[in-house]
Amino acid sequence: MSRPEELEAIEKRLRRWEETTLRDSLKKQPESRESFVTTSSAPVGRLYTPIDLRGSDPAETLGVPGEFPYTRGIHPTMYRGRLWTMRMFAGFGSAEDTNRRFRYLIDHGETGLSVALDMPTLYGYDTDEVEAKGEFGTCGVAVSSLRDMEVLFHGIDIGAVSTSMTINSPASVIWAMYLANAEKRGVPWTGLRGTIQNDILKEYQAQKEWMFPPEPSMRLVVDTFEFGTEHVPQWNTISISGYHIREAGSTAVQELAFTLANGFEYVRWGIDRGLAIDDFAPRLSFFFNAHNDLFEEIAKYRAARRIWAREMRDTFGAKNPRSWLLRFHSQTAGVSLTAQQPEVNIVRTAVQALAAVLGGTQSLHTNSYDEAFQVPNEKAVRIALRTQQILAHESGVANTVDPLGGAYYVEALTDRMEKEAYDYFDRIQALGGVIPAIRKGFFQQEIANSAYRYQKEIEDKERTIVGVNDFVVDEPSEVEPLRVTKEAFERQVRRLQRLRKERNPKKHAKALNALRKACEGDANTMPFILDAVRAEATLGEVCDVMREVFGVWEEPLLY
Amino acid sequence: MAKKIRVLMAKPGLDGHDRGAKVVARALRDAGMEVIYTGLRQSPEDIVEAAIQEDVDAIGLSSLSGAHMALFPEVVKVLKKRGAGDILVVAGGIIPDDDIPKLKKAGIKAVFGPGTPLADIVAFFRSSAK
Repeated sequence: MSRPEELEAIEKRLRRWEETTLRDSLKKQPESRESFVTTSSAPVGRLYTPIDLRGSDPAETLGVPGEFPYTRGIHPTMYRGRLWTMRMFAGFGSAEDTNRRFRYLIDHGETGLSVALDMPTLYGYDTDEVEAKGEFGTCGVAVSSLRDMEVLFHGIDIGAVSTSMTINSPASVIWAMYLANAEKRGVPWTGLRGTIQNDILKEYQAQKEWMFPPEPSMRLVVDTFEFGTEHVPQWNTISISGYHIREAGSTAVQELAFTLANGFEYVRWGIDRGLAIDDFAPRLSFFFNAHNDLFEEIAKYRAARRIWAREMRDTFGAKNPRSWLLRFHSQTAGVSLTAQQPEVNIVRTAVQALAAVLGGTQSLHTNSYDEAFQVPNEKAVRIALRTQQILAHESGVANTVDPLGGAYYVEALTDRMEKEAYDYFDRIQALGGVIPAIRKGFFQQEIANSAYRYQKEIEDKERTIVGVNDFVVDEPSEVEPLRVTKEAFERQVRRLQRLRKERNPKKHAKALNALRKACEGDANTMPFILDAVRAEATLGEVCDVMREVFGVWEEPLLY
Repeated sequence: MAKKIRVLMAKPGLDGHDRGAKVVARALRDAGMEVIYTGLRQSPEDIVEAAIQEDVDAIGLSSLSGAHMALFPEVVKVLKKRGAGDILVVAGGIIPDDDIPKLKKAGIKAVFGPGTPLADIVAFFRSSAK
């Protein structure tokens, strides 16, 4: 914090500047618009100075890296010690197709795996169920049984690599398949590292892949916290995700606020179960979007770390510093990719990835330039991975910790976003908390409003999107297509049919019955789900049992 | 006063990406149309049933998951079977170029991809829905 007399001198100097140099300059060359805004339509000032940070004490708000409140990063040395994990979200077609893609990515220097699952899997249906029609393998890989999981990781050292799986409503079932596969391969659970997304709250708010109503869903989530703490201690049992909130149209502040509010809700449910906060909080992880506006994104990550650390320590009383750390994965903004002049997306993604790195991300996925059309082809994915490698090894940005720390604009933006997040926490609380606010459609309406405003800004040319509403060329977009093959579908269906024929029917029925009883009571469901997948119950069968006991969610309709 | 155009905005299949459908629904509403949103996870039969119940002039289908070929033509087929083949069917989402002629042949009157101006979509509904 600058001393009062210093601030006074700066203010005086600025006033003089405004009355002379600035005034003369504006007379000769007025600014190009009346107001400047971020990607989230938040106002941006002309110049930021120590005056904007008045009242904020950097010793307290910034501290040092690796110490509370972690604004400058969670590790003392950040990328000088170890680079972020380059983790490319991948999955399409059958388990064989995706296994091949995983090996390709590892061969090209990827350092962590991330599994994209297809729509039926995300909704707890098997590939050959009627609800799955037309959706096999298009948005990710189909995993309907333990056998699919075995094929998916065939030849990959699951004891060494960390694996993230984007799965939510049926997260415990897919995780159980991963654990059962490790068991069969003789890899001890204590050595497994990875993440299940398992963040159901943002599903109701944004991503919309749900099965059950909120309360039983939250029970399943806490079951994984409890089970993981005891048996799979290095596993992140949740990735509390703002990514999809942002993709659905929210602003950066809404992404920040809703994600953290969801995080606090999980903590409350864990505590209500009787878990000790310092037992499970260190395994909570986060996932944020990296959108177009470089500084707004960087400020968002920094604010997120500070808020989480403070609330975990001061509101929830966590004692272990590991409980205070907000560790996060980031992904560049899929929604920002254009179908027009698709190669230009490579540049967009590079800028977004830079934001994630300057914001101190722990792992990163960079989107491929063809993703406005399809799940990416091999060449596009390789360029996306190379983008991270250039940032890591050529750009120099990884050489020092939090290089933008102390920048007046970034610090002022960090402070403002933090404050605006707290305003949202108050509004959510006034609605009765996260789950009542979901039932009222609060988050959904806030997100839809922001999405519509953003689109209107593009429509009215208040916002320029290169190649879409300006700098347009009249030429077809050329992208090498990637199609899911009929053979992949048939292979998958054959494997499922074989499994249903070959498995032990008695063991299978017994396991599903035991699971039903567990769901009806209040036992931790994880051991029962594990037994069911060991008995080769399919994803759809396990989820049917749970749907029957828990019921299904109907969302409030609004737009 | 001319009768307001009534539109059913529908999400067939399992796709949860509803940003586009909602933005278009709102643009049509702001342009003076009456819009009914089905919500997610509708089968072609659900969509046709809602369209008939709500007596709409047009249906907007949105899918970003790649299931459009399995689901969009089916909606037109069921509409015809139910004697409602006069309802305009329009689609949007992530639709590869190669699929567009096939969808049009199946009776989808227009396909709007990413980056389409809302004004173009509104204009199409205005000129084509009766």
